[in-house]
Amino acid sequence: MQSNLPDPSLIRGLTQRRLGRRDALRVSGLSAFAMALAACGVKGTGSTAPSAPAPDAVAKYWAGKTSNGKVDFANWPLYMDPKHPELKKFTAATGVKVNYQEVIQEMGPWFAKVQPQLAAGQSIGYDLMVITNGIQFKQFVSSGFLAPLDHAKLPNYKANADPSYANTAYDKGNVYSVPWTSGITGIAYDPKKITRPITKLTDLWDPAFKGKVGMFSDTQELANFGLMALGLNPDESTAEDWKKAAEKLKEQKNAGQVRNYYDQSYIDALGKGEVWITQAWSGDVFQKNVSDGTDFKFVIPQEGGTIWTDNFAIPITAQNPLDAIKLMDFFYEVENAATLAEFISYVCPVPAAQEQIKKDAAKLSGDDKAAMEAIASSPLVFPAPSDYAKLHYYVDFKTVAEQQQFQSIFEPIVLA
Amino acid sequence: MGRSRRVLAPYLLILPGGLWLLLFFVIPMVTMLSLSLQQGDIVSGYAFTGHWQTYVDAVVNYRTQLVRSLIYGAVTTIVLIVVAFPVAYWIAFYGGRRKPTYLFLLLLPFFVSFVLRTISWRYILTDEGMLLGPLKSAGILPESFNILGTSVAVISGLVYNFLPFMVLPIYVALERIDPRVVEAARDLYADPPTAFRKVILPLALPGVFAGVLMTFVPASSDYVNSAVLGSSSTTMIGQVIQSQYLTSSNYPTASALSFTLMAVLLIGVFAYARALGTEDVMKVAAR
Repeated sequence: MQSNLPDPSLIRGLTQRRLGRRDALRVSGLSAFAMALAACGVKGTGSTAPSAPAPDAVAKYWAGKTSNGKVDFANWPLYMDPKHPELKKFTAATGVKVNYQEVIQEMGPWFAKVQPQLAAGQSIGYDLMVITNGIQFKQFVSSGFLAPLDHAKLPNYKANADPSYANTAYDKGNVYSVPWTSGITGIAYDPKKITRPITKLTDLWDPAFKGKVGMFSDTQELANFGLMALGLNPDESTAEDWKKAAEKLKEQKNAGQVRNYYDQSYIDALGKGEVWITQAWSGDVFQKNVSDGTDFKFVIPQEGGTIWTDNFAIPITAQNPLDAIKLMDFFYEVENAATLAEFISYVCPVPAAQEQIKKDAAKLSGDDKAAMEAIASSPLVFPAPSDYAKLHYYVDFKTVAEQQQFQSIFEPIVLA
Repeated sequence: MGRSRRVLAPYLLILPGGLWLLLFFVIPMVTMLSLSLQQGDIVSGYAFTGHWQTYVDAVVNYRTQLVRSLIYGAVTTIVLIVVAFPVAYWIAFYGGRRKPTYLFLLLLPFFVSFVLRTISWRYILTDEGMLLGPLKSAGILPESFNILGTSVAVISGLVYNFLPFMVLPIYVALERIDPRVVEAARDLYADPPTAFRKVILPLALPGVFAGVLMTFVPASSDYVNSAVLGSSSTTMIGQVIQSQYLTSSNYPTASALSFTLMAVLLIGVFAYARALGTEDVMKVAAR
């Protein structure tokens, strides 16, 4: 039977509610909202794979830069004599004023803090910073946040620094960075609370120290100890190893061993007796003993410790890069490297400083002389090649995905 | 001329506040909502993909901290009511001429930043500090005993920091009670406990409600007290959000957690208002 109804589309048009003005507004409002949502993406600045800079990058960056007579320097606490003798000497010699701030305590927060400004091409307020060779170092490089260094402006570095620093995995050829100092992550403990000698990594799992163990909140530092406790080598570890290490660390946490996961505040916690035994950075412990008269011990565990390097770098948006690179090079004059190492007790990148420290020691007498001689012969300041056998390097991530997987395995331990 | 001015006046009045809210409330909220639905990483950037799974993952991964925060918030609020009510009652009914002095004393700590005050608590409570040190050397407490790093320390810190926010609204509610109403209750043979229960308490409830609103919400999302006085076993959701934003640069997870927390707190507050029979929550809060 032939229907005598009109075209169905006409009926639909007649019977269905049409979009009124209000509805149209509502719909356009919604889509505007959706568009607004989609429009607030966060711009990245780099490719995920670190690439070599263009060959003329150095010339391009440094062309037309002039000295402004000041430099803003961001560093970690316990990384210089609080009286800043080296900086005073630098200012006296060059007339360049230095604003020295101890604003870096952990790499993750530091990168997160300066990333938005750097991505927007704005100054971060610092012309020189000291950053560790870990995950964030890679992120700084691949985001294009570091100025390529002009080695013509670093004659002292060329003359005096240990040449092996030009051959590191994280910055081959010192394109973006030169070493401030290296350090060793080991175990510190208070011999007043712990009477037996500490020798092993697994002492951090000893139930006798329940609730009195400090671990690092930096995921790499934490993970390394989990890996080494299992006898694994961090820089050759795989995702499977990471999961096992995370289990080992969770076991420690769930047993109530760990008092807390610390940034550099671990040294205060040790001083206040909140922790008796903790993951620690070599030089901090010596400085603490000198400044507070404590008697904490630092050991590199049998299973091994890790060695890392903190590096000078110039953020790409620096206002005074020429003054910054001048200050950089100043620290590679043998005399300055020596006075710095004498105070901070970290691995010195200038081998000739060892002789200089011995010379400085000869001028002193009594306890001061003994302390200075101890620094000159300390394997923690001037490690011999055999000392390196016990030390491991950080996990070297090939891809961002790999690094994210690593973070997601270890982050919940620190946070939960 | 006069008429158009009259028409425009209300809009002009709302303009500064409206712009302020648009700039510092609406835009950040929309941005945050967008962020929570983006994917990527900090180096190559985040792009909008409408990825709701982030919410699921974030809640699954950090449900312990979320629940813990709500428990800490609730316990803090209950302790606050117990501590603050007598204080407010005493000032309101027995304060006499010195009422302003007592209120001033209550607010005096606020002349120093609450972060600094919390840090000073650290020095008092630390394992060998002025409180525990003597007790330990006297052999009353074992060497390994600690308060810092426990939930007791965190909740105590929260109670300390939010105390005035509970005392003041209760005080205001009690202060408004006409003494003749209480006298009338006594004249009608109500003994003091009954007068308190039937007259004073109901009249004070709006103050308690305002106090709860002003303490439960910020206490649940607080991160300073747990960061300073707590340890990894007292991590609150605020710390997780802070660390996702400012350590891992994981903006989507941080934003998703912020929205989840906001939603949970809103539901909690409205459920509480419904249970208490308060019709208009915000009106009460604004008093």
